[in-house]
Amino acid sequence: MITAGIDIGSITTKAALIAEGKIRGTKVIFTGYNAEQAGTNVYEELLKELGIEKSDVGRVVSTGYGRNSVKFMDKAMTEIICHGVGAHYLNPRARSVIDIGGQDSKAIILDEKGKVKNFAMNDKCAAGTGRFLEVMARALEVDLDGFGALSLRAGDPSRISSLCTVFAESEVISLISKGEKRENIIAGIHESIAARIAAMANRLRIAPLVVMTGGVAKNIGVVKALERKIGMAVEVSEYAQVNGAIGAAILATGLK
Amino acid sequence: MNKMPEIVLFFLAKIKKLALHFKKKKKMKEIMMVYYMEAKSARISGRKVAWITSGGPVEPLIAMDVIPVYPENHGAMIGASKMGTDLCEKAESMGYSSDLCSYARSDIACATVNGGPIGGLPRPDMLICCNNICGTVLKWYEVQARYFNVPLFIFDTPFCHVGYAEEAGRYVRRQLDEYVLFLEKACGRKMDSDHLKDVGKLSLEGQRLWQAVLATTANSPAPMTAFDAFYHLALIVTLRGTPLVIDYYTQLLEKMKDRVARGIGAIPNEKYRLLWDNIPIWPRTRWLSEKLASHNACLVADTYTSAWCGTTKYIDENNFFDSMAEAYTRIYLNIGVDEMARTVLEMVDTYKVDGIVMHSNRSCKPYSLGQYDIQKIVEKEKGIPCLMIEADMVDERSFSESQISTRIDAFMEIIKQQKGA
Repeated sequence: MITAGIDIGSITTKAALIAEGKIRGTKVIFTGYNAEQAGTNVYEELLKELGIEKSDVGRVVSTGYGRNSVKFMDKAMTEIICHGVGAHYLNPRARSVIDIGGQDSKAIILDEKGKVKNFAMNDKCAAGTGRFLEVMARALEVDLDGFGALSLRAGDPSRISSLCTVFAESEVISLISKGEKRENIIAGIHESIAARIAAMANRLRIAPLVVMTGGVAKNIGVVKALERKIGMAVEVSEYAQVNGAIGAAILATGLK
Repeated sequence: MNKMPEIVLFFLAKIKKLALHFKKKKKMKEIMMVYYMEAKSARISGRKVAWITSGGPVEPLIAMDVIPVYPENHGAMIGASKMGTDLCEKAESMGYSSDLCSYARSDIACATVNGGPIGGLPRPDMLICCNNICGTVLKWYEVQARYFNVPLFIFDTPFCHVGYAEEAGRYVRRQLDEYVLFLEKACGRKMDSDHLKDVGKLSLEGQRLWQAVLATTANSPAPMTAFDAFYHLALIVTLRGTPLVIDYYTQLLEKMKDRVARGIGAIPNEKYRLLWDNIPIWPRTRWLSEKLASHNACLVADTYTSAWCGTTKYIDENNFFDSMAEAYTRIYLNIGVDEMARTVLEMVDTYKVDGIVMHSNRSCKPYSLGQYDIQKIVEKEKGIPCLMIEADMVDERSFSESQISTRIDAFMEIIKQQKGA
């Protein structure tokens, strides 16, 4: 039986198809302003790529902030549960999940069965999420994909003290005008995110094995900065960004 | 006031008739309407109006026939009417910080524009400020004392980190005498101590009845929810010490007992029982109620409404006046986090609670500080999940619906998972 998971996030929409406990395929597209359309598009495009008919798919679970706008879903579940299930599937030894998405960041504690014991979400604002990195990439005129590699070359991370993304952008612009090196600024941005996430994660008392999910996990700079701040190794699966959709697809197998 | 114009006498008579009519009906909405009407026409009827803090000792006011008015109760009404954001913005334009309590901001702004759902509160003749709930009230009431140019009495209740120190008891007790002197001066006549004794007895009886009403929700299914309690709370807060409160809660208790006997629950399908902590998010109580009900979850109890019957154990029925000192000092917001946690743990057992919803209220530090510690203690001792919702009791700008909706859904998913549903 094939099941599907659709994760509609603020920046990207993801789909995953699972059959007989194995990942058949995943896809990521930009959400744009029409969440419902994005959900439909990512699903249809993935089915087409894999040569699967809609009628071959059993249950569909949707998640993410746009989970209720997916008309063809059988059930909507929060990304907390989905990320927990996905992380456990990808690595059954995972006990803590740190998910950094477009505008949300979360820390999730799992038990040995992959069930969520506790969670925390970002406080009141989106500084420290993908949105923050997007804004910074624009200010620095650097491709966001290059952030990770660039930051690893930094000798001396800049200190970015603003709590607010918009004010931090001003701070970065002023650093640029002072002649501060791009790598150092980017490393400073990563430190800023890591500090914020670490505070939230430590409050939850995360413990190894720590895995990171969500789009920001693709940024090696953030991962390394986070490892330093929490003092633990952080594992990142190749499926990190689609972890939520995978979890949703697995949960769909449990639906009658 | 030797001879009042006929039109005024006519008007007064109409209010009295209406008051009697609604008092017989005994519905909260009508009672509150009459209460505010009488307060707003106090000038004409020759009575005095005192503004008092929610935890302030109201019994001496009742005994002196002074009408007590509660800016915080009014703040709740402002929040519930969704008028809080505009009033807070007005206060900020007056120069008050957006970090300041939203009750304070709303009230200060409201006084200058007579805003809010009832056209503003009646001018006070005096202000009674008791800091057992917080320190913000001190400055807030000083501001209002200057604005209205009326006398202010400050009742200073030292914080009870651990227990109730003897010297604190002596200090507070002496202030009760000063309070009576203040009232006698403001009203131009002596306090009738016998009458005050009677008011004290009524106050205690009212608190015990309120306690009994709240205790009915220990039953499953709960006959009412905490949202209902937030609504019925108004009387024990504002008119404690009057016979009206006894009548109302006696009726309410009978109604709840009847529902319990017939197995009638407040929500159609009560599967999960939750405890609420902190002041309600007044502009969003309906939304929260429906959201939780959609998960078959019932808020069966809360720490806020139970605060108005939480110190009956310190009251001496036969010596109300003296024991008021301890009763007003050892309220829920004036004690250490350890004791607060113990109260919460007891409530988890009494009300058979599956999870706790904590409102991290931007406006109330005394209530919100320590919530993470209480959360940790409850998770450790009871193994039940505790959700934290960040919002504000009146200022809707601090309420982020999508974020909060997701947190509630995830919390309920964990509970359902735990209970094996």
